[in-house]
Amino acid sequence: MFCDRCGEPAAQGDHRGCDAARALEPPRYCPDCRRRMKVQVVPTGWTATCVEHGTRTS
Amino acid sequence: MSEILDRARAQVLTDGVGLDEAQILEVLRSPDDDLPELLQLAHDVRMKWCGPEVEVEGIVSLKTGGCPEDCHFCSQSGLFASPVRSVWLDIPSLVEAAKQTAATGATEFCIVAAVRGPDKRLMDQMREGVKAIRAEVDIQVAASLGMLSQEQVDDLVEMGVHRYNHNLETCQSHFPNVVTTHTWEERWGTLKMVRESGMEVCCGGILGLGESLAQRAEFAAQLAQLDPHEVPMNFLNPRPGTPLGDQPVVEGKDALRAIAAFRLAMPRTILRFAGGREITLGDLGTRDGLLGGINAVIVGNYLTTLGRPATADLELLQDLKMPVKALSATI
Ligand code: SF4
Repeated sequence: MFCDRCGEPAAQGDHRGCDAARALEPPRYCPDCRRRMKVQVVPTGWTATCVEHGTRTS
Repeated sequence: MSEILDRARAQVLTDGVGLDEAQILEVLRSPDDDLPELLQLAHDVRMKWCGPEVEVEGIVSLKTGGCPEDCHFCSQSGLFASPVRSVWLDIPSLVEAAKQTAATGATEFCIVAAVRGPDKRLMDQMREGVKAIRAEVDIQVAASLGMLSQEQVDDLVEMGVHRYNHNLETCQSHFPNVVTTHTWEERWGTLKMVRESGMEVCCGGILGLGESLAQRAEFAAQLAQLDPHEVPMNFLNPRPGTPLGDQPVVEGKDALRAIAAFRLAMPRTILRFAGGREITLGDLGTRDGLLGGINAVIVGNYLTTLGRPATADLELLQDLKMPVKALSATI
């Protein structure tokens, strides 16, 4: 599993800064494979799509 | 109390004449003890010369990422190792975003693209998108598509785009430290064409790009010279992978002083809270800004980052007894 903000392994390192930042950011990396996702932000939400693992929404 | 505030009271509040560059710098350098009085003066100026209404806007990215330019703060530049990937919004989703924005009571919907300037594909997409929005949604459409040719300016007017955003980003003397792939003067050229076309000019920038206080004052004075209908004020939200990714955020008191100073430089403009206010000012600072010169907000999310829920801002406006500007007042 990977951090969806920085793309590094979620179990390694300190991701508290990433967690805090995510309150005001959509995810950028797929947590399953760490591919960069295609992210569309709209005024009321976001969608993030991994070519392998599909689409997540806010 | 600083003498500059006395002078500003007579010059800006009474006579409606904005501060010049040297005076703006004095305000930016005023002590923390004077901040409450400065904010009150900026608020009085806003109430006298603009009124109590607040203009509410939503923005959406039609084309995200992959930009060939190198604005050092921007996660959408294709030249940096930013995690933002290139993506286009389809027309039904664009119309849906406009509907959601209108549902908040917003009168403005700004369509933004991460480009140096629009190509034919983008202009075609704009034409289709603006037409679809105007057919289905009661909202004013604005655009922000980078640098334009005269033909593109004319096309946007013909589509019914009523306001064009093109930020100078920072003052002329600091710009080359922030952007090297185009010049401040090129941006100014687009703004001149927009002004002459009859579209409303929206032009602001980002504070916290490493500019000095003197350069912040220079920027406010240059904006005042341009005299835009609207000035969006962003505060740097340092983005991972960009050259300014490790830049410190603007300190809250400096941000509030800057808001007040920009209001005193431009007593009649629409001064909008834009990106970065959440991390620079938080909830309390948002309130202070609205009571310190701001008279417009972007509600909801930004282009690549998220904002406060629109309801939080609308409740705050209600709390402050500041009515949301109605659509009929903007046409
Ligand atoms: S031109 Fe706009 S989208 Fe492109 S890098 Fe500069 S700020 Fe970002």
